[in-house]
Amino acid sequence: MPGRVLLVEDETNIMEAIGFLLSRDGWAVNGHGNGATALEAIARLAPDVLVLDMMLPGRSGLDILRDLRADPKTEHLPVLMLTAKGQIRDRDMALALGANAFLTKPFANAELVETLRSMARTANLDDVARGGGAA
Amino acid sequence: MLSFDGLVAVCVIYVAGLFGVAFLAEKRAAEGKGRWLSSPVTYTLSLSIYATAWTFYGAVGSAARTGLEFLTIYLGPTLVFVGWFWLLRKMVRIGRAQRITSIADMISSRYGKSGGLAALATVLMVVGATPYIALQLQSVTLSFSVFASSGALGQPDAESTATWVAAGLALFTIIFGTRSLDVNERHPGLVSAIALEAIVKLAALLAVGAYAVWGVANGPSDMLARIAASPLSEIEWNGARWLGLTMLSAAAILCLPRMFQVLVVENADERHLATASWAFPLYLLLLSLFIVPIAVIGLDLPAAGGNPDLFVLTVPLSQGKDGLALFVFLGGFSAATSMVIVAALALSTMLSNHIIVPLWIRATQGDRPRSGDMRRVALTARRLSIGAVLLLGLAYYRMSGGRDALADIGLISFLGVAQVLPALLGGILWRGATRVGAALGIGAGFAVWGWLLLLPNVAETGGVMLSIMSEGPFGIGWLNPVTPLGLQATDPLLTAMMLSLGVNVLLFILGSLFSFPSPLERLQGAQFVNIYDHSNTPSVWRGSAGTADDLLVMAQRILGSGRAGRLFQDAALGQGRDGDLPEPTAGFLEQLERELAGSVGAATAHAMVTQITGGASVSVRDLLAVADETAQIMEYSSKLEAKSAEQAQTAARLRDANAKLTQLSVQKDAFLSQISHELRTPMTSIRSFSEILMQDDGMDATARARFSQIIHDESLRLTRLLDDLLDLSVLEDGRVTLHEAEVELAQILDRAIYAAGAQEAGGKIAIRRDRGAEAVMLWTDADRLSQVFINLISNAQKYCDAETPELMISVHHRPGRIEVEFADNGLGIPALQQALIFEKFARLESAQGRPGAGLGLAISREIMSRLGGGLTYVPGGAGTRFRVRLPAKALRAA
Repeated sequence: MPGRVLLVEDETNIMEAIGFLLSRDGWAVNGHGNGATALEAIARLAPDVLVLDMMLPGRSGLDILRDLRADPKTEHLPVLMLTAKGQIRDRDMALALGANAFLTKPFANAELVETLRSMARTANLDDVARGGGAA
Repeated sequence: MLSFDGLVAVCVIYVAGLFGVAFLAEKRAAEGKGRWLSSPVTYTLSLSIYATAWTFYGAVGSAARTGLEFLTIYLGPTLVFVGWFWLLRKMVRIGRAQRITSIADMISSRYGKSGGLAALATVLMVVGATPYIALQLQSVTLSFSVFASSGALGQPDAESTATWVAAGLALFTIIFGTRSLDVNERHPGLVSAIALEAIVKLAALLAVGAYAVWGVANGPSDMLARIAASPLSEIEWNGARWLGLTMLSAAAILCLPRMFQVLVVENADERHLATASWAFPLYLLLLSLFIVPIAVIGLDLPAAGGNPDLFVLTVPLSQGKDGLALFVFLGGFSAATSMVIVAALALSTMLSNHIIVPLWIRATQGDRPRSGDMRRVALTARRLSIGAVLLLGLAYYRMSGGRDALADIGLISFLGVAQVLPALLGGILWRGATRVGAALGIGAGFAVWGWLLLLPNVAETGGVMLSIMSEGPFGIGWLNPVTPLGLQATDPLLTAMMLSLGVNVLLFILGSLFSFPSPLERLQGAQFVNIYDHSNTPSVWRGSAGTADDLLVMAQRILGSGRAGRLFQDAALGQGRDGDLPEPTAGFLEQLERELAGSVGAATAHAMVTQITGGASVSVRDLLAVADETAQIMEYSSKLEAKSAEQAQTAARLRDANAKLTQLSVQKDAFLSQISHELRTPMTSIRSFSEILMQDDGMDATARARFSQIIHDESLRLTRLLDDLLDLSVLEDGRVTLHEAEVELAQILDRAIYAAGAQEAGGKIAIRRDRGAEAVMLWTDADRLSQVFINLISNAQKYCDAETPELMISVHHRPGRIEVEFADNGLGIPALQQALIFEKFARLESAQGRPGAGLGLAISREIMSRLGGGLTYVPGGAGTRFRVRLPAKALRAA
């Protein structure tokens, strides 16, 4: 079942779109627009799933992901990475750093929603479900 | 009676036949068939180009005027072929061993492959042969008109006849003479046609002679009686002139370019020379057999006309023997055309190899093209030269007006080309002969000959320089060409001959004795003089900077890739090496140089090989004789040092260029990634919201309106981004056109503030201006300048974070320029980021999440630099401060 999702995204319009989609799908949505303070927000809000943009002001999404995986508390937090750069290298790097899924902007709404659902299911079934990835 | 048109038709058919023979021979030769092509008989017949129209028509004329003197013209060559056979054999051997292409090449090759000497000899040969070619054109034209006028069918235009004949001969020579570049591959088609013409002219002369003896006179005894009764028998025998003319014609057969061509270059087998040594004198004997009878009959027949030079033609014509006359006409035509063809071929080879190609190489040395275009250049040069040679002949013919007796022009030419004789004989026989001696001798002999014979001949017709003729130049009497040195000689030809050849030989010997030959000269001298023991000298190679690779590339340019490739492969195979490239050993380089010499001449080939290898090939024995070797090696090594320094420099430059390229490539990747990001971001919102709207399951109207609004805004953002990118690309390429005009600064500012949506009152930001200072006229592109202002104003609107944002626009009049400053009351830009703001896609930390792709300042700065000014960030102030600088030339009186 959908739970709480946190969106870390600096483009307000994109944040609004994703927020609309996920709320409609039953998620409790929170948003955060700055990379530098993202880790604090994650600790504070303790989301079930994280949607993380790669290019953020203050701190890059990849750096944030690296810290998350190094912290035992957030080691298994399912993370969906988003990027608008669209380079294979970024995708490889994100997955290598432990992202559970990866979407390139612009994405199809259904794809985003499905990916998040699948991530939540896998997380529920098994706590060790790292690398579950997109269905 | 044959009409003029009919005569032309016969000529055309005859020439077509010659073309046919030539084509057939080329074809047979290409197929490897046709033994007759390279038989001693063909070789001997080709030598008969010695007998030109001058001999064909002029010998009878000469006999009618001066008795048996004409025999000297046959006597000289006969003496050479019989008595000096060993010399001819040596010349042929040298020519084949060194792949000599012409008489000028022979001289140059002997004297250290000197380009200058080759050019001098070439000029001499061209000048010497031009009157001779003119003579042939004249004889053809003359015979045409005689033939046609006797038919009373209208006089042909002499000049156009000569032009057509010259054009036809040029075409023939170009087709069969410049098929292949390597002269040593010989021209079987051309030689076959010439051999056929040799038969025609001999048969024609014999036929008219037989007609004279048996048709006009009543057999040999009656003929002898007529001769005894004729004025010919009373002509006194001039011993000195006989001796001189015999020597002159002997020299000519060795030195004439066309004779060298058939004698040496077209020689397929040295043994053919043995046959020619008796067969050629026999041919000459047959030619001369009926000269006197024809002359006597001609003088006896009043109907034969007054010009003894045309008796051969007029004797049968006056007796109504049209068929025989036509045959005679073709014989004369053959004699003239075969000479012109071979002479044009030989001279064009010299002109192209020794003058045009060297100049071309010098002119293009800077960029040294490596593609296979040398062949085309050489062939084109040769073709152009053929045309030029015939044009020269034609021009001389027109200038001289065709007045001179045939024999005189021929003898002038003979003496001209004979000037290379001392250098030629000396070079073959005397190791001590040097380049300096050869150049001095040829140059001086050439000058004396030109002064004493050529100049009067030209001036006589031109009507110029008549005072020089009688009084000498600058009033120096003894220098006048008519009675030089006060010699009251009755025979200008003999005087000129003694003086020119005397000066020539003297300077040649003195010059050789008092100059020191270069190593290469010594080597070549040894190879020429001792040709029979020098065939396979072992030699060592000095200097090996050149690689086989470079040599192959160069060889391909000249020989064509197929032949060069085969040559290199064979050599590699011979050296027992794998692959296609042989070691550049001395032996191989010598062979390569000789192959190249066959195409471009020895001097050029040597220069080209040396250019690559930086050394010279020298035999062990000759090395010992070379005294200044050390100096050469030192010079060589210093050249090498210079070369390696140059290479190091090039390598460093290449490294720099590579680093720059890598950097550029990294920048380009980053830029593309940035663009991708900037385009995908608005597209994400557009796609997402449009999908939401498409699904539209009972969404309320406010939400739908809001989502549509976002889609609309993001579309505009995309459009702006694309506009900016295009704008920037145009500006950076410098393709932008400025529309400059006189405009007031205040107006531009008004427009910018309005467009930025920041009216002075009630806008998002308060704008302060100094209208007094703005009242200045500018010469600029108002649209572009206002684009910059708009960018600065809207940046202030977007980024100024003061409570009550203010923008101060001030104008400063500086010497030679005007500055417009935009200062806001915000926090300013942090020092670290000030350097980045003009970069593409640079957006400051604080600017994240705000519209704009970060191209504005980059564009504005480009615009200002196009307008001749600048855009800078002014640090140190309280807020953000930009300064727009407009150049002095933009100023106009306010």
